[in-house]
Amino acid sequence: MKLIVSHIVKLYGDRTILKDCTCSFDKQGTYVLMGPNGCGKSTLLRLCALLEDPTAGTIAYKENGTPLPPDTELKRRITLVLPRIGVFNTTVFRNMAYGLKLRNVPHAKIEQKVNETLAFVGLTHKKDQHALTLSSGETQRLGIARALVIDPEVLFLDEPTASIDQENTEIVESIIGTMKREARTMVIMTTHDRDQAERLADRVIRMKGGRIVE
Amino acid sequence: MDSITQGFIQAVHLIIHLNPELFGIILLSLKVSGLALVIATALGLPLGALLGLRRFPGRDLAISVSNTFMGLPPVVVGLFVYLLLSRKGPLGFLGLLYSPSAMIIAQTILALPIVASLCRSAIVNVDPVIRQASRSLGATPQQETLTVIIEARYGILSAVIAAFGRVMAEVGSILIVGGNIAGYTRVMTTTIALETDKGNFELALALGIILLTISFIINALLHMVQKKGMVRTA
Repeated sequence: MKLIVSHIVKLYGDRTILKDCTCSFDKQGTYVLMGPNGCGKSTLLRLCALLEDPTAGTIAYKENGTPLPPDTELKRRITLVLPRIGVFNTTVFRNMAYGLKLRNVPHAKIEQKVNETLAFVGLTHKKDQHALTLSSGETQRLGIARALVIDPEVLFLDEPTASIDQENTEIVESIIGTMKREARTMVIMTTHDRDQAERLADRVIRMKGGRIVE
Repeated sequence: MDSITQGFIQAVHLIIHLNPELFGIILLSLKVSGLALVIATALGLPLGALLGLRRFPGRDLAISVSNTFMGLPPVVVGLFVYLLLSRKGPLGFLGLLYSPSAMIIAQTILALPIVASLCRSAIVNVDPVIRQASRSLGATPQQETLTVIIEARYGILSAVIAAFGRVMAEVGSILIVGGNIAGYTRVMTTTIALETDKGNFELALALGIILLTISFIINALLHMVQKKGMVRTA
């Protein structure tokens, strides 16, 4: 699947957040949008994840050269992990199962996929715990696991390590690193940490003042 | 003081001896209020969700009206329903006046704004990031709404229990539209009013004690629900 961002402009009221952004993502791997706070990285990510519409320009997904309509089917092939995860008021397991239930995955398969993904992010022992009682680092890992369990073709991560400690940052980076090696998912993430961008990225896209500069 | 003591003794006596008339009155009270609550919830929850989650012209006015109607005077509702259902009223042909159905209609009107307003409040208090998370995981708009409602479940349950407490304790409207007919439309509150008029304070007090016990159970449930929600989000 290929993602093409063409001449995107985004206004909130009379504030211009994005100014004529154009780029494309066409290979499996990890792309990092980097730039200072307020440069428009998160907005661009939300637009690419089809959670908001641009004021002008287009966000297009193509498969084998054919444009895909921005319907529920496409939206279920991509997902965004927000900086604040939005944990549902229930157990870790039910949080994990949410996206799979939306896709009518059979219960036995849900159990299997959730177990596998929790093991991948190191949260197996927290499976039956209430999700709101997790630490911030564990919550971040739950957010990534909740997205990974639905096998997205494109995974957007908005500042995945911004509010967690060093130990959990290393765990999250290791998860992203493993995804990169397995090359099953296109990962597009934001960060303002230059070192992290260099560690994780196949390609770094720099943003400044609402524009893509490099 | 003697009357109160006698009331306690008679309440215990009536309950222990399974007085059929008393149990008929209690059952009818629970049936009328329970059905009114089911209808009010079936209408009020979607209305609360609509007011909480959607933007449309006149929304602010609808919220103000809903909040104002939480304090509807029961006698005014009784009068309104009476005029609707009386023989010369627009719905007089249904022949519902002085029946349990008329009482259910009146109590539904009283409960509906409470359920709708408190459900709206519970729904708007759900963190907006939940909606974004739900959408980003592939929820359709309907699934997203359902997710928010599930997240607001403790507040919604509190709204339903609060409305139940209101209708169970209500007397003005059901006295007007039900007529307090023995064995047919006589419920706990109207019986208390009647027995007090007759000077039969012991029976009135006995029923009052039973009504208070039911109210206590409802409030204890409400507290438990709120406490559970607080523990979860602590």
